Amino acid sequence: MDMDMETDQIYQIDVGNLLAFNPNHRFSSAPSSREELVKECVTEGTKLVQAIADTLFNLPSTETNDGPLVQLPPPTTKLPREKHLPRPKPPTKWEEFALKKGIQKRKKDKIVYDETTDKFKRRHGYDRVNDDNDIPIIEAKASDEPGEDPFAKRLDDKKKRVGKQEKNRLENLKTAAKAGALPSHVQLAVTGLPISGTKTQPKKIGKEALGDVAGLAATSTASGGKFDKKLPGEKPPKKQGKHHKVIHR
Amino acid sequence: MMEIRTPKTHKAKRVLEKRAPKLVENGKKTLILHGTKTSATLSSVLMELYRLKKGGAIKYSRRNENIRPFESGGETSLEFFSQKTDCSIFAYGSHTKKRPDNLVLGRMYDHHVYDLIEVGIENFKSLLSFSYDKKIAPHEGSKPFICFTGEGFENVPELKQLREVLTDLFRGEVVDNLNLTGLDRAYICSAVSPTKVFLTHCAIKLKKSGTIVPRIELVEVGPSMDLVIRRNRLPNEGLRKEAMKSSKDKPKKKVKNVDQDDVLGKRGRIFIPEQEVGKTPLPDKSKGVKRERREGKLKKKNKEAGSASKKHKESE
Repeated sequence: MDMDMETDQIYQIDVGNLLAFNPNHRFSSAPSSREELVKECVTEGTKLVQAIADTLFNLPSTETNDGPLVQLPPPTTKLPREKHLPRPKPPTKWEEFALKKGIQKRKKDKIVYDETTDKFKRRHGYDRVNDDNDIPIIEAKASDEPGEDPFAKRLDDKKKRVGKQEKNRLENLKTAAKAGALPSHVQLAVTGLPISGTKTQPKKIGKEALGDVAGLAATSTASGGKFDKKLPGEKPPKKQGKHHKVIHR
Repeated sequence: MMEIRTPKTHKAKRVLEKRAPKLVENGKKTLILHGTKTSATLSSVLMELYRLKKGGAIKYSRRNENIRPFESGGETSLEFFSQKTDCSIFAYGSHTKKRPDNLVLGRMYDHHVYDLIEVGIENFKSLLSFSYDKKIAPHEGSKPFICFTGEGFENVPELKQLREVLTDLFRGEVVDNLNLTGLDRAYICSAVSPTKVFLTHCAIKLKKSGTIVPRIELVEVGPSMDLVIRRNRLPNEGLRKEAMKSSKDKPKKKVKNVDQDDVLGKRGRIFIPEQEVGKTPLPDKSKGVKRERREGKLKKKNKEAGSASKKHKESE
Protein backbone atom coordinates (compact mmCIF):
# COMPACT_ATOMS: atom_id res chain seq x y z
CA MET A 1 0.00 0.00 0.00
CA ASP A 2 2.87 2.30 0.82
CA MET A 3 4.27 1.71 -2.62
CA ASP A 4 0.96 2.74 -4.18
CA MET A 5 0.89 5.97 -2.28
CA GLU A 6 4.42 6.70 -3.35
CA THR A 7 3.73 6.11 -7.04
CA ASP A 8 0.64 8.24 -6.90
CA GLN A 9 2.67 11.11 -5.62
CA ILE A 10 5.38 10.63 -8.17
CA TYR A 11 3.16 10.16 -11.21
CA GLN A 12 0.36 12.37 -12.43
CA ILE A 13 -2.35 10.04 -13.66
CA ASP A 14 -5.46 10.87 -15.65
CA VAL A 15 -7.45 7.65 -15.93
CA GLY A 16 -10.14 9.24 -18.12
CA ASN A 17 -7.57 9.75 -20.88
CA LEU A 18 -5.39 6.73 -19.90
CA LEU A 19 -2.66 9.31 -19.45
CA ALA A 20 0.32 9.25 -17.11
CA PHE A 21 3.13 11.73 -16.60
CA ASN A 22 6.30 11.30 -14.64
CA PRO A 23 7.83 14.74 -14.16
CA ASN A 24 10.72 13.49 -12.03
CA HIS A 25 12.39 11.10 -14.39
CA ARG A 26 15.97 11.88 -15.25
CA PHE A 27 18.42 9.75 -17.18
CA SER A 28 20.86 8.52 -14.56
CA SER A 29 23.76 8.68 -16.98
CA ALA A 30 23.63 9.92 -20.54
CA PRO A 31 22.71 6.82 -22.59
CA SER A 32 25.69 5.81 -24.66
CA SER A 33 23.82 4.25 -27.56
CA ARG A 34 20.46 4.50 -29.19
CA GLU A 35 19.41 1.03 -28.02
CA GLU A 36 20.10 1.92 -24.42
CA LEU A 37 18.02 5.09 -24.68
CA VAL A 38 15.11 3.21 -26.22
CA LYS A 39 15.35 0.49 -23.58
CA GLU A 40 15.30 2.94 -20.72
CA CYS A 41 12.37 4.86 -22.22
CA VAL A 42 10.36 1.69 -22.71
CA THR A 43 11.01 0.41 -19.18
CA GLU A 44 10.04 3.81 -17.81
CA GLY A 45 6.91 3.70 -19.99
CA THR A 46 6.06 0.22 -18.73
CA LYS A 47 6.12 1.53 -15.16
CA LEU A 48 3.75 4.34 -16.09
CA VAL A 49 1.35 2.07 -17.98
CA GLN A 50 1.41 -0.31 -15.03
CA ALA A 51 0.51 2.61 -12.75
CA ILE A 52 -2.51 3.48 -14.92
CA ALA A 53 -3.51 -0.19 -15.11
CA ASP A 54 -3.35 -0.46 -11.31
CA THR A 55 -6.16 2.06 -10.96
CA LEU A 56 -7.95 1.00 -14.13
CA PHE A 57 -8.27 -2.70 -13.32
CA ASN A 58 -9.43 -1.90 -9.79
CA LEU A 59 -12.41 0.10 -11.05
CA PRO A 60 -15.77 -1.65 -10.64
CA SER A 61 -16.40 -3.66 -13.78
CA THR A 62 -19.31 -5.48 -15.37
CA GLU A 63 -18.76 -8.74 -17.20
CA THR A 64 -19.91 -8.90 -20.82
CA ASN A 65 -19.43 -11.49 -23.51
CA ASP A 66 -16.51 -9.54 -24.94
CA GLY A 67 -14.75 -8.97 -21.64
CA PRO A 68 -14.91 -6.82 -18.53
CA LEU A 69 -16.36 -3.36 -19.08
CA VAL A 70 -15.33 -0.51 -16.77
CA GLN A 71 -16.80 2.93 -16.43
CA LEU A 72 -14.07 5.51 -16.90
CA PRO A 73 -14.03 8.67 -14.78
CA PRO A 74 -14.21 11.93 -16.76
CA PRO A 75 -10.82 13.20 -17.98
CA THR A 76 -9.01 15.63 -15.69
CA THR A 77 -6.59 17.01 -18.29
CA LYS A 78 -8.11 20.17 -19.72
CA LEU A 79 -7.88 20.42 -23.47
CA PRO A 80 -9.35 23.13 -25.72
CA ARG A 81 -12.70 22.61 -27.33
CA GLU A 82 -13.04 21.99 -31.05
CA LYS A 83 -15.89 24.43 -31.56
CA HIS A 84 -17.62 27.03 -29.40
CA LEU A 85 -20.34 26.05 -26.94
CA PRO A 86 -23.79 25.99 -28.50
CA ARG A 87 -25.39 29.39 -28.07
CA PRO A 88 -28.96 29.85 -26.87
CA LYS A 89 -31.49 30.67 -29.58
CA PRO A 90 -32.99 34.16 -29.28
CA PRO A 91 -36.82 34.24 -28.96
CA THR A 92 -38.80 34.84 -32.13
CA LYS A 93 -41.04 37.89 -32.53
CA TRP A 94 -44.06 35.77 -31.65
CA GLU A 95 -42.39 34.24 -28.61
CA GLU A 96 -41.54 37.74 -27.38
CA PHE A 97 -45.11 38.87 -27.91
CA ALA A 98 -46.54 35.78 -26.26
CA LEU A 99 -44.33 36.31 -23.25
CA LYS A 100 -45.49 39.91 -22.94
CA LYS A 101 -49.13 38.97 -23.22
CA GLY A 102 -48.82 35.84 -21.15
CA ILE A 103 -49.95 33.55 -23.92
CA GLN A 104 -49.10 29.98 -23.19
CA LYS A 105 -48.66 27.09 -25.56
CA ARG A 106 -51.24 24.40 -25.39
CA LYS A 107 -51.58 21.06 -27.03
CA LYS A 108 -54.22 20.64 -29.69
CA ASP A 109 -55.76 17.36 -30.73
CA LYS A 110 -54.65 16.04 -34.06
CA ILE A 111 -58.15 14.88 -34.89
CA VAL A 112 -61.17 17.16 -34.64
CA TYR A 113 -64.90 16.55 -34.99
CA ASP A 114 -66.30 17.98 -38.20
CA GLU A 115 -69.96 19.03 -37.92
CA THR A 116 -70.69 19.32 -41.62
CA THR A 117 -69.72 15.74 -42.41
CA ASP A 118 -70.43 14.31 -38.95
CA LYS A 119 -67.00 12.72 -38.85
CA PHE A 120 -63.69 13.03 -37.04
CA LYS A 121 -61.14 14.56 -39.34
CA ARG A 122 -57.56 15.77 -39.25
CA ARG A 123 -56.92 19.31 -38.07
CA HIS A 124 -54.36 19.94 -40.80
CA GLY A 125 -53.38 18.45 -44.11
CA TYR A 126 -55.27 16.25 -46.52
CA ASP A 127 -58.98 15.74 -45.83
CA ARG A 128 -59.04 18.25 -42.97
CA VAL A 129 -61.88 19.96 -41.15
CA ASN A 130 -63.20 23.24 -42.50
CA ASP A 131 -61.23 22.95 -45.68
CA ASP A 132 -61.83 25.97 -47.88
CA ASN A 133 -61.47 23.83 -50.96
CA ASP A 134 -64.50 21.78 -49.95
CA ILE A 135 -66.82 24.75 -50.39
CA PRO A 136 -68.11 24.68 -53.97
CA ILE A 137 -70.34 27.76 -53.74
CA ILE A 138 -69.53 31.11 -52.20
CA GLU A 139 -72.54 33.27 -51.49
CA ALA A 140 -72.42 36.76 -52.93
CA LYS A 141 -72.26 39.66 -50.53
CA ALA A 142 -73.27 43.26 -50.95
CA SER A 143 -69.71 44.34 -50.43
CA ASP A 144 -68.42 42.21 -53.30
CA GLU A 145 -66.79 44.02 -56.16
CA PRO A 146 -68.24 43.15 -59.53
CA GLY A 147 -65.90 41.25 -61.81
CA GLU A 148 -63.84 39.75 -59.01
CA ASP A 149 -63.47 36.00 -58.78
CA PRO A 150 -64.03 35.02 -55.15
CA PHE A 151 -62.27 31.68 -55.66
CA ALA A 152 -59.19 33.32 -57.12
CA LYS A 153 -59.27 35.85 -54.30
CA ARG A 154 -59.34 33.07 -51.72
CA LEU A 155 -56.33 31.42 -53.32
CA ASP A 156 -54.51 34.73 -53.56
CA ASP A 157 -55.15 35.55 -49.91
CA LYS A 158 -53.79 32.18 -48.89
CA LYS A 159 -50.65 32.74 -50.95
CA LYS A 160 -50.18 36.14 -49.34
CA ARG A 161 -50.52 34.63 -45.85
CA VAL A 162 -47.95 31.96 -46.62
CA GLY A 163 -45.61 34.56 -48.08
CA LYS A 164 -45.92 36.73 -45.01
CA GLN A 165 -45.15 33.83 -42.71
CA GLU A 166 -42.10 32.99 -44.80
CA LYS A 167 -40.91 36.58 -44.46
CA ASN A 168 -41.36 36.45 -40.70
CA ARG A 169 -39.44 33.20 -40.56
CA LEU A 170 -36.56 34.74 -42.47
CA GLU A 171 -36.46 37.72 -40.11
CA ASN A 172 -36.37 35.45 -37.07
CA LEU A 173 -33.59 33.38 -38.61
CA LYS A 174 -31.62 36.53 -39.33
CA THR A 175 -31.72 37.55 -35.68
CA ALA A 176 -30.73 34.02 -34.73
CA ALA A 177 -27.80 34.20 -37.16
CA LYS A 178 -26.68 37.46 -35.55
CA ALA A 179 -26.62 35.73 -32.16
CA GLY A 180 -24.68 32.85 -33.72
CA ALA A 181 -27.47 30.43 -32.93
CA LEU A 182 -28.70 29.44 -36.35
CA PRO A 183 -29.98 25.84 -36.37
CA SER A 184 -27.28 23.59 -37.75
CA HIS A 185 -29.28 22.52 -40.81
CA VAL A 186 -30.20 26.04 -41.93
CA GLN A 187 -28.05 28.31 -44.03
CA LEU A 188 -28.79 31.86 -44.99
CA ALA A 189 -27.52 32.50 -48.47
CA VAL A 190 -27.31 35.81 -50.24
CA THR A 191 -29.12 35.67 -53.54
CA GLY A 192 -28.41 37.75 -56.60
CA LEU A 193 -31.68 39.63 -56.38
CA PRO A 194 -31.38 43.24 -55.26
CA ILE A 195 -32.91 44.50 -52.04
CA SER A 196 -36.28 46.00 -52.93
CA GLY A 197 -36.22 49.76 -53.14
CA THR A 198 -32.62 50.02 -54.30
CA LYS A 199 -31.43 50.46 -57.83
CA THR A 200 -29.48 47.73 -59.53
CA GLN A 201 -25.93 48.81 -60.10
CA PRO A 202 -25.31 49.19 -63.81
CA LYS A 203 -22.41 47.17 -65.15
CA LYS A 204 -19.43 49.36 -65.88
CA ILE A 205 -18.38 49.33 -69.49
CA GLY A 206 -14.67 49.62 -69.99
CA LYS A 207 -12.82 51.99 -72.29
CA GLU A 208 -11.80 49.19 -74.62
CA ALA A 209 -15.29 47.76 -74.98
CA LEU A 210 -16.69 51.19 -75.76
CA GLY A 211 -14.10 51.74 -78.46
CA ASP A 212 -14.92 48.38 -79.98
CA VAL A 213 -18.59 49.24 -80.17
CA ALA A 214 -17.82 52.51 -81.94
CA GLY A 215 -15.64 50.67 -84.43
CA LEU A 216 -18.29 48.03 -85.04
CA ALA A 217 -20.93 50.67 -85.70
CA ALA A 218 -18.66 52.35 -88.20
CA THR A 219 -17.96 49.19 -90.17
CA SER A 220 -21.65 48.46 -90.52
CA THR A 221 -22.06 51.20 -93.06
CA ALA A 222 -21.19 50.49 -96.68
CA SER A 223 -18.40 52.99 -96.71
CA GLY A 224 -16.88 51.63 -93.52
CA GLY A 225 -17.70 54.80 -91.62
CA LYS A 226 -15.72 56.97 -93.97
CA PHE A 227 -18.38 59.69 -94.24
CA ASP A 228 -19.76 59.44 -90.70
CA LYS A 229 -19.74 62.54 -88.57
CA LYS A 230 -17.00 62.20 -85.97
CA LEU A 231 -17.64 63.14 -82.41
CA PRO A 232 -15.12 65.42 -80.75
CA GLY A 233 -12.29 63.25 -79.39
CA GLU A 234 -13.39 60.10 -81.25
CA LYS A 235 -10.60 57.97 -82.54
CA PRO A 236 -10.64 56.26 -85.93
CA PRO A 237 -11.91 52.64 -85.83
CA LYS A 238 -9.29 50.05 -85.00
CA LYS A 239 -9.77 47.79 -87.95
CA GLN A 240 -9.54 49.84 -91.01
CA GLY A 241 -9.22 48.91 -94.60
CA LYS A 242 -10.12 45.88 -96.61
CA HIS A 243 -11.29 42.63 -95.10
CA HIS A 244 -11.10 40.59 -98.27
CA LYS A 245 -8.39 40.33 -100.77
CA VAL A 246 -9.77 40.39 -104.29
CA ILE A 247 -7.42 39.26 -106.98
CA HIS A 248 -7.78 41.29 -110.22
CA ARG A 249 -6.53 39.89 -113.41
CA MET B 1 -31.78 39.45 -50.39
CA MET B 2 -31.47 36.46 -48.16
CA GLU B 3 -32.58 32.96 -48.88
CA ILE B 4 -33.17 30.17 -46.41
CA ARG B 5 -31.31 27.06 -47.45
CA THR B 6 -32.04 23.72 -45.89
CA PRO B 7 -30.69 20.31 -46.87
CA LYS B 8 -32.75 18.47 -49.43
CA THR B 9 -32.10 15.00 -48.01
CA HIS B 10 -32.12 13.60 -44.52
CA LYS B 11 -28.60 12.35 -45.00
CA ALA B 12 -27.36 15.85 -45.65
CA LYS B 13 -29.21 17.07 -42.58
CA ARG B 14 -27.59 14.40 -40.41
CA VAL B 15 -24.15 15.36 -41.73
CA LEU B 16 -24.72 19.01 -40.86
CA GLU B 17 -26.00 18.13 -37.41
CA LYS B 18 -22.93 16.03 -36.79
CA ARG B 19 -20.76 19.05 -37.52
CA ALA B 20 -22.67 21.54 -35.40
CA PRO B 21 -21.22 22.84 -32.11
CA LYS B 22 -22.24 20.55 -29.29
CA LEU B 23 -22.18 20.51 -25.52
CA VAL B 24 -20.29 17.22 -25.52
CA GLU B 25 -18.11 17.11 -28.58
CA ASN B 26 -17.19 14.22 -30.80
CA GLY B 27 -13.51 13.29 -31.04
CA LYS B 28 -11.21 15.61 -32.91
CA LYS B 29 -10.36 14.49 -36.40
CA THR B 30 -6.87 14.87 -37.83
CA LEU B 31 -6.00 16.26 -41.22
CA ILE B 32 -2.70 14.99 -42.63
CA LEU B 33 -1.19 16.90 -45.54
CA HIS B 34 2.10 18.08 -46.96
CA GLY B 35 3.67 21.02 -48.76
CA THR B 36 5.31 21.23 -52.17
CA LYS B 37 8.22 19.02 -51.19
CA THR B 38 8.53 16.10 -48.84
CA SER B 39 11.37 13.78 -48.15
CA ALA B 40 11.03 10.00 -48.13
CA THR B 41 11.25 10.05 -44.33
CA LEU B 42 8.55 12.61 -43.95
CA SER B 43 6.12 11.00 -46.36
CA SER B 44 6.43 7.73 -44.46
CA VAL B 45 6.00 9.60 -41.15
CA LEU B 46 2.76 11.08 -42.47
CA MET B 47 1.61 7.75 -43.89
CA GLU B 48 2.27 5.93 -40.62
CA LEU B 49 0.65 8.66 -38.57
CA TYR B 50 -2.39 8.16 -40.77
CA ARG B 51 -2.26 4.42 -40.14
CA LEU B 52 -2.10 4.94 -36.39
CA LYS B 53 -4.99 7.39 -36.48
CA LYS B 54 -7.10 5.51 -39.03
CA GLY B 55 -10.79 6.10 -38.53
CA GLY B 56 -10.16 9.55 -37.08
CA ALA B 57 -7.96 11.03 -39.76
CA ILE B 58 -8.09 12.29 -43.32
CA LYS B 59 -5.02 12.27 -45.53
CA TYR B 60 -4.51 14.59 -48.44
CA SER B 61 -2.08 13.37 -51.06
CA ARG B 62 -1.74 16.43 -53.30
CA ARG B 63 0.93 19.08 -52.97
CA ASN B 64 -0.12 22.27 -51.25
CA GLU B 65 1.64 25.42 -52.35
CA ASN B 66 -0.13 28.00 -50.25
CA ILE B 67 0.22 26.47 -46.82
CA ARG B 68 2.69 28.23 -44.55
CA PRO B 69 1.19 27.88 -41.08
CA PHE B 70 3.57 30.24 -39.32
CA GLU B 71 3.26 33.11 -41.79
CA SER B 72 0.33 35.49 -41.87
CA GLY B 73 -1.95 34.64 -44.78
CA GLY B 74 -0.40 31.19 -45.06
CA GLU B 75 -3.13 29.57 -43.00
CA THR B 76 -6.11 30.51 -45.19
CA SER B 77 -6.18 27.33 -47.23
CA LEU B 78 -5.47 25.28 -44.10
CA GLU B 79 -8.52 26.82 -42.46
CA PHE B 80 -10.54 26.12 -45.56
CA PHE B 81 -9.52 22.46 -45.52
CA SER B 82 -10.38 22.26 -41.84
CA GLN B 83 -13.82 23.63 -42.62
CA LYS B 84 -14.26 21.25 -45.49
CA THR B 85 -13.19 18.09 -43.69
CA ASP B 86 -14.32 19.09 -40.20
CA CYS B 87 -10.87 18.35 -38.82
CA SER B 88 -9.49 20.30 -35.87
CA ILE B 89 -5.99 18.88 -35.60
CA PHE B 90 -3.58 18.94 -38.48
CA ALA B 91 -0.18 17.48 -39.24
CA TYR B 92 1.57 19.31 -42.06
CA GLY B 93 4.82 17.96 -43.49
CA SER B 94 7.36 19.96 -45.47
CA HIS B 95 10.99 19.59 -46.41
CA THR B 96 13.28 22.52 -47.13
CA LYS B 97 17.00 23.12 -46.96
CA LYS B 98 16.58 25.36 -43.95
CA ARG B 99 14.22 22.99 -42.14
CA PRO B 100 14.62 19.44 -43.36
CA ASP B 101 11.99 16.80 -42.39
CA ASN B 102 9.70 19.37 -40.90
CA LEU B 103 6.43 18.44 -39.25
CA VAL B 104 4.00 21.12 -38.09
CA LEU B 105 1.40 19.99 -35.60
CA GLY B 106 -1.42 22.34 -34.88
CA ARG B 107 -4.89 22.61 -33.52
CA MET B 108 -7.94 24.53 -34.68
CA TYR B 109 -10.68 26.24 -32.75
CA ASP B 110 -13.83 27.05 -34.70
CA HIS B 111 -11.84 26.32 -37.88
CA HIS B 112 -9.20 28.93 -37.07
CA VAL B 113 -5.63 28.14 -36.11
CA TYR B 114 -5.41 27.81 -32.34
CA ASP B 115 -1.79 26.88 -31.73
CA LEU B 116 1.17 25.55 -33.66
CA ILE B 117 4.30 23.60 -32.92
CA GLU B 118 6.98 22.71 -35.41
CA VAL B 119 9.24 19.72 -34.97
CA GLY B 120 12.02 18.17 -36.99
CA ILE B 121 11.99 14.40 -37.45
CA GLU B 122 15.20 12.55 -36.67
CA ASN B 123 16.16 8.90 -36.29
CA PHE B 124 12.91 7.76 -37.81
CA LYS B 125 12.28 4.05 -37.71
CA SER B 126 9.33 2.84 -39.74
CA LEU B 127 6.86 0.30 -38.39
CA LEU B 128 7.88 -2.06 -41.18
CA SER B 129 11.37 -2.38 -39.71
CA PHE B 130 10.12 -3.81 -36.41
CA SER B 131 9.76 -7.54 -36.09
CA TYR B 132 7.39 -8.91 -33.48
CA ASP B 133 4.65 -11.47 -33.04
CA LYS B 134 1.80 -10.21 -35.23
CA LYS B 135 -0.76 -11.57 -32.80
CA ILE B 136 -0.09 -8.67 -30.45
CA ALA B 137 -0.34 -6.01 -33.16
CA PRO B 138 -2.66 -3.23 -31.97
CA HIS B 139 -6.12 -3.11 -33.48
CA GLU B 140 -7.33 -0.17 -35.50
CA GLY B 141 -8.94 2.55 -33.44
CA SER B 142 -8.23 1.10 -29.99
CA LYS B 143 -7.89 3.47 -27.06
CA PRO B 144 -4.21 4.07 -26.30
CA PHE B 145 -2.28 4.60 -23.08
CA ILE B 146 -0.22 7.78 -23.29
CA CYS B 147 2.91 8.19 -21.18
CA PHE B 148 5.13 11.22 -20.76
CA THR B 149 8.39 11.12 -18.88
CA GLY B 150 10.95 13.77 -18.15
CA GLU B 151 10.94 17.02 -16.26
CA GLY B 152 11.21 18.95 -19.51
CA PHE B 153 7.49 18.38 -20.11
CA GLU B 154 6.77 20.52 -17.07
CA ASN B 155 9.48 23.15 -17.15
CA VAL B 156 10.08 23.93 -20.82
CA PRO B 157 7.12 25.81 -22.33
CA GLU B 158 7.63 24.37 -25.83
CA LEU B 159 7.66 20.82 -24.50
CA LYS B 160 4.66 21.55 -22.33
CA GLN B 161 2.79 22.65 -25.43
CA LEU B 162 3.99 19.60 -27.34
CA ARG B 163 2.71 17.38 -24.54
CA GLU B 164 -0.73 18.94 -24.81
CA VAL B 165 -0.78 18.67 -28.60
CA LEU B 166 0.38 15.05 -28.58
CA THR B 167 -2.24 14.18 -25.98
CA ASP B 168 -4.91 15.77 -28.11
CA LEU B 169 -3.60 14.01 -31.20
CA PHE B 170 -3.39 10.52 -29.76
CA ARG B 171 -6.13 10.24 -27.16
CA GLY B 172 -8.98 9.81 -29.61
CA GLU B 173 -12.54 10.03 -28.49
CA VAL B 174 -13.50 10.52 -24.85
CA VAL B 175 -15.36 7.39 -23.76
CA ASP B 176 -17.47 6.47 -20.77
CA ASN B 177 -17.14 2.72 -20.96
CA LEU B 178 -13.98 0.83 -21.77
CA ASN B 179 -13.48 -2.82 -22.53
CA LEU B 180 -10.36 -3.91 -20.68
CA THR B 181 -9.52 -6.64 -23.17
CA GLY B 182 -9.33 -4.03 -25.92
CA LEU B 183 -6.32 -2.29 -24.44
CA ASP B 184 -3.47 -3.02 -26.79
CA ARG B 185 -1.35 0.05 -27.48
CA ALA B 186 0.68 2.72 -25.75
CA TYR B 187 2.46 5.85 -26.89
CA ILE B 188 5.61 6.68 -25.00
CA CYS B 189 7.08 10.15 -25.12
CA SER B 190 10.20 11.02 -23.17
CA ALA B 191 12.00 14.31 -23.04
CA VAL B 192 15.61 13.42 -23.76
CA SER B 193 16.80 17.02 -23.70
CA PRO B 194 14.99 20.39 -23.50
CA THR B 195 14.61 20.41 -27.28
CA LYS B 196 14.34 16.73 -28.08
CA VAL B 197 11.57 14.23 -27.48
CA PHE B 198 11.74 10.53 -28.13
CA LEU B 199 8.39 9.14 -29.31
CA THR B 200 7.54 5.51 -29.83
CA HIS B 201 4.54 3.31 -30.24
CA CYS B 202 4.29 0.02 -28.33
CA ALA B 203 1.96 -2.94 -28.20
CA ILE B 204 0.78 -4.17 -24.80
CA LYS B 205 0.99 -7.71 -23.52
CA LEU B 206 -1.19 -8.46 -20.51
CA LYS B 207 0.56 -11.14 -18.41
CA LYS B 208 -0.88 -12.98 -15.45
CA SER B 209 0.33 -11.67 -12.12
CA GLY B 210 -1.84 -13.51 -9.60
CA THR B 211 -3.90 -10.41 -8.79
CA ILE B 212 -6.70 -8.63 -10.68
CA VAL B 213 -4.19 -6.26 -12.20
CA PRO B 214 -2.20 -7.99 -14.92
CA ARG B 215 1.51 -7.46 -15.32
CA ILE B 216 2.14 -5.24 -18.31
CA GLU B 217 4.80 -5.78 -20.88
CA LEU B 218 5.52 -3.38 -23.72
CA VAL B 219 6.78 -4.46 -27.11
CA GLU B 220 7.97 -1.78 -29.51
CA VAL B 221 5.99 -2.02 -32.75
CA GLY B 222 6.93 1.34 -34.24
CA PRO B 223 7.04 3.85 -35.64
CA SER B 224 9.60 5.52 -33.42
CA MET B 225 11.27 8.87 -33.93
CA ASP B 226 12.92 11.84 -32.33
CA LEU B 227 11.08 15.13 -32.41
CA VAL B 228 13.32 18.19 -32.34
CA ILE B 229 11.52 21.35 -31.38
CA ARG B 230 11.78 24.21 -33.86
CA ARG B 231 9.26 27.04 -33.96
CA ASN B 232 6.07 27.27 -31.98
CA ARG B 233 3.12 29.58 -31.54
CA LEU B 234 1.12 29.58 -28.33
CA PRO B 235 -2.61 30.30 -28.42
CA ASN B 236 -3.86 33.81 -27.96
CA GLU B 237 -4.79 34.29 -24.28
CA GLY B 238 -8.35 35.41 -25.06
CA LEU B 239 -8.86 32.57 -27.47
CA ARG B 240 -7.47 30.09 -24.96
CA LYS B 241 -9.95 31.20 -22.33
CA GLU B 242 -12.79 30.92 -24.85
CA ALA B 243 -11.70 27.46 -26.00
CA MET B 244 -11.23 26.11 -22.48
CA LYS B 245 -14.82 26.95 -21.53
CA SER B 246 -16.81 23.94 -20.53
CA SER B 247 -20.39 23.66 -19.55
CA LYS B 248 -21.05 22.45 -16.05
CA ASP B 249 -24.43 21.06 -16.88
CA LYS B 250 -24.32 17.89 -18.87
CA PRO B 251 -27.03 17.42 -21.46
CA LYS B 252 -29.93 15.99 -19.58
CA LYS B 253 -31.79 13.24 -21.27
CA LYS B 254 -35.14 12.70 -19.70
CA VAL B 255 -35.35 9.13 -18.53
CA LYS B 256 -38.85 7.90 -19.11
CA ASN B 257 -40.66 5.03 -17.43
CA VAL B 258 -37.84 4.26 -15.02
CA ASP B 259 -38.12 4.90 -11.33
CA GLN B 260 -36.24 4.00 -8.22
CA ASP B 261 -37.86 1.89 -5.55
CA ASP B 262 -36.36 1.73 -2.07
CA VAL B 263 -36.96 -1.96 -1.69
CA LEU B 264 -36.99 -3.29 -5.23
CA GLY B 265 -34.34 -1.00 -6.66
CA LYS B 266 -34.55 0.24 -10.24
CA ARG B 267 -37.92 -0.44 -11.83
CA GLY B 268 -39.06 0.05 -15.35
CA ARG B 269 -42.48 0.24 -16.96
CA ILE B 270 -43.19 -1.30 -20.31
CA PHE B 271 -46.08 -0.40 -22.56
CA ILE B 272 -47.27 -2.98 -25.04
CA PRO B 273 -49.88 -1.79 -27.52
CA GLU B 274 -52.98 -3.91 -27.92
CA GLN B 275 -52.51 -6.53 -30.56
CA GLU B 276 -55.30 -6.14 -33.07
CA VAL B 277 -55.06 -9.22 -35.23
CA GLY B 278 -58.09 -8.26 -37.31
CA LYS B 279 -56.53 -4.94 -38.20
CA THR B 280 -53.10 -6.09 -39.27
CA PRO B 281 -52.15 -4.04 -42.31
CA LEU B 282 -52.72 -5.57 -45.69
CA PRO B 283 -49.99 -5.32 -48.34
CA ASP B 284 -51.73 -2.56 -50.27
CA LYS B 285 -51.96 -0.42 -47.13
CA SER B 286 -48.26 0.28 -47.32
CA LYS B 287 -47.14 3.80 -46.49
CA GLY B 288 -45.81 4.47 -49.95
CA VAL B 289 -49.16 4.22 -51.64
CA LYS B 290 -50.97 7.51 -51.68
CA ARG B 291 -53.95 7.72 -49.45
CA GLU B 292 -56.24 8.94 -52.17
CA ARG B 293 -55.35 6.14 -54.54
CA ARG B 294 -55.60 3.55 -51.84
CA GLU B 295 -59.08 4.63 -50.90
CA GLY B 296 -60.10 4.73 -54.53
CA LYS B 297 -58.74 1.25 -55.00
CA LEU B 298 -60.72 -0.07 -52.04
CA LYS B 299 -63.90 1.50 -53.37
CA LYS B 300 -63.32 0.04 -56.77
CA LYS B 301 -62.78 -3.35 -55.29
CA ASN B 302 -65.99 -3.14 -53.29
CA LYS B 303 -67.92 -2.08 -56.36
CA GLU B 304 -66.51 -4.88 -58.43
CA ALA B 305 -67.32 -7.36 -55.73
CA GLY B 306 -70.89 -6.02 -55.63
CA SER B 307 -71.37 -6.21 -59.38
CA ALA B 308 -69.81 -9.67 -59.55
CA SER B 309 -72.24 -10.99 -56.97
CA LYS B 310 -75.10 -9.45 -58.97
CA LYS B 311 -73.91 -11.09 -62.15
CA HIS B 312 -73.63 -14.32 -60.30
CA LYS B 313 -77.24 -14.02 -59.26
CA GLU B 314 -78.34 -13.21 -62.80
CA SER B 315 -76.65 -16.28 -64.23
CA GLU B 316 -78.43 -18.39 -61.69
